[in-house]
Amino acid sequence: MLAVQGASAADARLPVVASFSILGDIVANIGGDRIVVTTLVGPDQDAHVFQPAPDHIKSVARARLVVVNGLGFEGWMERVTQSANYRGDIVVASQGIAVRDRVEEEHDHDSHDGHDHHHGKNDPHAWQNPANIVIYTQNIVAALSKLDPAGAALYRKNGDAYIASLNELDRWAIQQFAQFPPAKRKVITSHDAFEYFGAHYQVRFLAPQGVSTESEPSAKEVAGLIRQIRKEKIRAVFIENMSSPKLLQQISKEAGVTLGGKLYADALSQADGPAPTYLKLMRYNIGQLLAQMKLN
Amino acid sequence: MMLLHDFYQFAIAPFQEFAFMRRALVATLALALSSAPLGVMLTLRRMSLFGEALSHAVLPGVAAGFIFFGLSLPALSIGGFLAGVIVVALAGWISRHTELKEDASLAAVYVVALALGVIMISGHGTQLDLLHILFGNVLGVDTEGLLLVAGVSSLSVLLMAGLYRGLLLESFDPSFLAAGGGRNTVYQQLFLMLVVLNLVASFQTLGTLMAVGLMMLPAVSARLWHDTLPAQLANSAVQAALAGYAGLMLSYYASVPSGPVIIVCAGGFYFLSLIFAPRGWLPRILRRPHLRA
Repeated sequence: MLAVQGASAADARLPVVASFSILGDIVANIGGDRIVVTTLVGPDQDAHVFQPAPDHIKSVARARLVVVNGLGFEGWMERVTQSANYRGDIVVASQGIAVRDRVEEEHDHDSHDGHDHHHGKNDPHAWQNPANIVIYTQNIVAALSKLDPAGAALYRKNGDAYIASLNELDRWAIQQFAQFPPAKRKVITSHDAFEYFGAHYQVRFLAPQGVSTESEPSAKEVAGLIRQIRKEKIRAVFIENMSSPKLLQQISKEAGVTLGGKLYADALSQADGPAPTYLKLMRYNIGQLLAQMKLN
Repeated sequence: MMLLHDFYQFAIAPFQEFAFMRRALVATLALALSSAPLGVMLTLRRMSLFGEALSHAVLPGVAAGFIFFGLSLPALSIGGFLAGVIVVALAGWISRHTELKEDASLAAVYVVALALGVIMISGHGTQLDLLHILFGNVLGVDTEGLLLVAGVSSLSVLLMAGLYRGLLLESFDPSFLAAGGGRNTVYQQLFLMLVVLNLVASFQTLGTLMAVGLMMLPAVSARLWHDTLPAQLANSAVQAALAGYAGLMLSYYASVPSGPVIIVCAGGFYFLSLIFAPRGWLPRILRRPHLRA
């Protein structure tokens, strides 16, 4: 305890823990120089399979504030705060947004029972809609101000600036998507993270039939996917996490589509990647989607 | 007429509609033609487990090919082939110059090779991903892979025909050719090279599980059906081809992963052979001793 106080005396900044990289970026934008953000699930890492390491527990134990997304996204958080004996506040950033349910995949195929819906009923991927991040920002501003009243003015100012750039992003995105008639706003992706995004920008995200897990696909699944792409006449196809890249090449060749690049769903990229911040991530994803939709 | 149409719809239409089904079938058939007979020769020489061992031995070569040349089929295949050949040669050399038998030295060398391969791979990304990337999937066979399999298959069948007499004599009496000028090592080495070549080709196109399975399962069950080697060789190739076709159909209609289900089909044929083949269980029970000299 003494050591921790000594450390915080030398470094007057508030130690704050954010559960995953996107949230960490948002918190850092609001807190500015008054806080130090530690992110548990780092860039390019998958929050679904996160394994807490001793370092993570340590940073939670030292934290004055923990920020989580909520909606069942961080199922492991309770264990971490318990191990760290953390007694401080836990801010649920998504508090107050319009929660969407997880989409049940509604197509008529029977090959789908193997799916693993580990989040429960709510869809946690609310950050894919920038309008939700406005609410995230307000929640985080409030929590930081409560913890550190001296910095309240700064948090408010930073928060307002961030909200302004969120609104600008949103306007830009709406404008961009408006170029396409709704019928062309169709994308096949193996990600299940774009429900909020799709609802906000009226883009239909279709799950690739069958082929969505990392296990070995069957001929039926591959055939189903090719038929789906042909039938829906969709050229915007984003599938990455399939077991064999060779198989992916064959599918795109046979269905006559060019596969889109990576979409960042649950994590930022590394600093030298295309999506090192939330705002850049959204612009990058939208750019990728638009480029593929042009082919539809 | 209706029946014919139904049959066409069921058995042929999937291959007409989808190129990936055609490629998978052609690759499997080509491999059946060369791998399964090689498997028969392996069992004949009591080397049934060599295939399994060699399939692991190619890993460091594949890994080296990937590290230096990236994802190029020729580099991966040549790397794997060289690693397999080196392991075979090393094991052969050890068995000639020490007390160890060939299978013992192979068992030692291939494990080391496998370990080296795992180390090399783990230096580049996660192990699991790379294993998936480095080895193919029967549904993802591309033109390059098809050419590789066809080439290897043709070469193997031709070479096997050329080596047939020598291999046969040697198989039934290892000391025969040894006494006749020490050519046994040449036959043995050439033969094992063919095995490695086939394993590498099927690794690259069909995936890890398929390689050994398609080589050994039809081979051991073919041996239950016939007394003569030519008949066994033909039977093994037919069984492998049937397993390939049946497996693809099952994968298409019942939605199960293709590679494993092809092997399970081969396993099914093996099980049936165990029971019903002339040298299997049932005829043995039914057969009265005096009916057969």
